[in-house]
Amino acid sequence: MARARPARTDIHDADTVDDGTPLIGTPSIDGAPPGRGRRQEDSPVDGRPVEASGPVPEILTEILSRSDIARTIDRIAHQILERNGDRHVVLLGIPTRGVHLARRLANRLAAFADRPIAVGSLDITLYRDDLRRQPPRALEETSLPAGGIDDAVVVLVDDVLYSGRTVRAALDALRDHGRPAVVQLAVLVDRGHRQLPIRADYVGKNIPTAFGDDVAVRLAEIDGTDSVELARAVPTSRDRRSSERDGRGSES
Amino acid sequence: MTVAIHPNERAADGSVPAGPDVARPGSPGSVPAPVVRMPRHLLSAADLDRPTAEHVLGTALRIEQAMAGREVRKLPTLRGRTVVNLFFEDSTRTRISFEVAAKRLSADVINFSAKGSSVSKGESLKDTAWTLQAMGADAVVCRHSSSGAPQQLSAWVDGHVINAGDGTHEHPTQALLDAYTLRRHLGGLDGRRIVVVGDILHSRVARSNVLLLSTLGAQVTLVAPPTLLPVGVGSWPAQVSYDLDRSLVGADAVMMLRVQRERMSGGFFPTEREYSRSYGLDVRRRDLLAPHGIVLHPGPMNRGMEITPQVADGERSVIVEQVANGVTVRMAVLYLLLSGEADEISGRGV
Repeated sequence: MARARPARTDIHDADTVDDGTPLIGTPSIDGAPPGRGRRQEDSPVDGRPVEASGPVPEILTEILSRSDIARTIDRIAHQILERNGDRHVVLLGIPTRGVHLARRLANRLAAFADRPIAVGSLDITLYRDDLRRQPPRALEETSLPAGGIDDAVVVLVDDVLYSGRTVRAALDALRDHGRPAVVQLAVLVDRGHRQLPIRADYVGKNIPTAFGDDVAVRLAEIDGTDSVELARAVPTSRDRRSSERDGRGSES
Repeated sequence: MTVAIHPNERAADGSVPAGPDVARPGSPGSVPAPVVRMPRHLLSAADLDRPTAEHVLGTALRIEQAMAGREVRKLPTLRGRTVVNLFFEDSTRTRISFEVAAKRLSADVINFSAKGSSVSKGESLKDTAWTLQAMGADAVVCRHSSSGAPQQLSAWVDGHVINAGDGTHEHPTQALLDAYTLRRHLGGLDGRRIVVVGDILHSRVARSNVLLLSTLGAQVTLVAPPTLLPVGVGSWPAQVSYDLDRSLVGADAVMMLRVQRERMSGGFFPTEREYSRSYGLDVRRRDLLAPHGIVLHPGPMNRGMEITPQVADGERSVIVEQVANGVTVRMAVLYLLLSGEADEISGRGV
């Protein structure tokens, strides 16, 4: 299958919202196991390895460094305040990494607005639309703030926005928990390839990607370090593998 | 099918659900995730090894969190699936519990009881199974007065069979809900001392609990008059005692079993009064437990026989909570058995 696979130089900063931070670091051929530091959706929840064992050549490009992530979270916090003013805001992170992003955002929001900000987590596994196709997935924690979400401005927080199916599931879950006044969506990375008409309100960084790429978000709370990397398979002889990966449909 | 628990995830540590602000500790480079092997049918507590049992209990904790404080007490997870409650024996809480659990997961529930069905006209279990098969039941929850009936059934239907009590054999979901309740109050079960008292001979609850609780690391002591202990009890992973008072001292929990008069034809003990005096739980005996010790009973209770009303309704009793936990645990079992048929769809399942 012919696939648009832009060369390294095509990874440009297409972020219209960001402050124009240039790409940091240089691409490298890396033999590291590709499962490292991925979103939970891509981790071997079903006991099968994510990829065949053995090193797989990939071009790794750092998109956001630790300080970039901190600045991005600050900016999104300001944008949330700017847009919602004094209204009651509840941040709900989508496990696993969305929860930690939501906590960081809440800390910054509380500092900027000088008032406590409610934060919780919303597991969407039981609302997924592919439950019948996959072995049962491990459930994650759900904890809504004590005040509930009725009539609040709920900001869903996730690390990567991809197909949009996770967000669809989160919207369904919210509907069963209460009736927020407004629901908004904040993501650290928007990598495109939406399968549903869903758009984020706050985007840390837009990253143009090919289907076969992987965006690896690492957060200190889970992975011991903060970074966002784009993993692009070395094109030669790896086309089959990437098309397999498409079929599995890692998503956000 | 196999599921690996995320290494950073503490599956159900039995603690109260963490508040919104409590961070979960992430430990990069921790030990490899234990492999979870959910059996195709849940026929015996012995089908669950330790990682799998803990995965079921962890899933139940997550479901309890997800259901807490909701406006709509329903999840769309098993939409379009059919669960048949096939009950050949009377039951209140188990049947209702499974029905509520399936409905909260949006499955369609068909209740089938032997009374008022073709079984009373003499239909065999096999013919009943074929009927269910033709109707496309995704799961069959089976209670039967004969030990092994669900096992037989599992060979005749394509759906997943869940044993809801078979004769004097097993009742695995009761053991799971007891373990869930114990973990909520005691934290982990490793090294905890659980005393199971009463009619061990006829009790499927005792069999399943001995298997599951010992799998989870607890020390189980069985206490009963010699006539109510089964042959071969020495080979069970449990200690046996005839002295209730001595066994209760410092124990972490006591589980009282119902004296099953409907299964007794001969004289297993001289009088009810004498049984009650030797093996009944009253306030004095309850206070022999450790300060944090709790009292369980799978129900239905014979008040005044194996347990006094003061203890059953007392502060250390978690009997009502057991019923509520039953729904949660059965939701977890249905979710883990019924969601995902990857092995059938593509043959990818391991």
